[in-house]
Amino acid sequence: MTTTVLEHSHRDDAGSRMGLWLFLFSELILFGGMFIIYAVYRFKHPEEFRLAAAELDPFIGTVNTIVLLTSSLTVAMSITAIQRGKKYFSMALVGMTILLAFAFLVNKYFEWAHKISIGIYPQSPDLLNKPPGEILYFGLYYVMTGLHALHVIIGMVVLAVMFAFIAKGKINQHSFVRLEAGGLYWHLVDIIWIFLFPLFYLIQ
Amino acid sequence: MSQLENNNQHHVVSYGKYILIWLGLIALTGATVTFAGMNLGRWIIITALSIASMKSMLVLNIFMHLKFEDRIFRIFVVVALVTFVIFISLTFFDYAFT
Repeated sequence: MTTTVLEHSHRDDAGSRMGLWLFLFSELILFGGMFIIYAVYRFKHPEEFRLAAAELDPFIGTVNTIVLLTSSLTVAMSITAIQRGKKYFSMALVGMTILLAFAFLVNKYFEWAHKISIGIYPQSPDLLNKPPGEILYFGLYYVMTGLHALHVIIGMVVLAVMFAFIAKGKINQHSFVRLEAGGLYWHLVDIIWIFLFPLFYLIQ
Repeated sequence: MSQLENNNQHHVVSYGKYILIWLGLIALTGATVTFAGMNLGRWIIITALSIASMKSMLVLNIFMHLKFEDRIFRIFVVVALVTFVIFISLTFFDYAFT
């Protein structure tokens, strides 16, 4: 009697994608919790939130929104590229995504540096002298944009690893679920910013 | 090794479609900023959040492929979002009526 030996292991790409979606749901609750805190404190201090928001520059915020939206485009296109076997185009698109992410962080650095230079940072004397609603606004601003920026940094590392995988052929036309997973994470980072932007920058 | 054996994603979205969605996202961003410049009073918050939700729908469905996945993915996402909406609503009921 002969036995057949399976030489390849079973891969479940849909399962892998589902696993990443489950992780994204945990991220939704993480940031969602922060958004709930924001909502309650804005509800309780509407005028002070409006005053505090005037310190933010909507132009930089808009530029950063466009930067992240474009980075979502490039990472999405990188998957089409690898599906079509265009290895180097896919690498170029992942590279562009990482560069756009870096541009986002550079903008964020300038924003934070400016605020810190005018004395607005957690526990600063100038901040503690402001009305309670403004202290809450800036606390939420630093925590939420900070947590988001941390996720951007992590995303850059993940995408850099994907870039290396594509270069080495570990991600290729027939096996690219890891790139899809990295892309899904990146799109969530984009969606979080899509909500952060109007809530912090566009208060009337 | 067939693609179906690995439960692989074999639906390919064209570059053009992605670029079209991106243009829509940029336009919606422009709309948000324009509305913020107008004097909408209390209505700006619901307007801004509605536009943000529309942008998220585009990102979720096309960039994140939710539209092209098996229906179970969509069900999972809806359950997660509904759970979050319940969290935020119950919190607000508490604060609005205490």
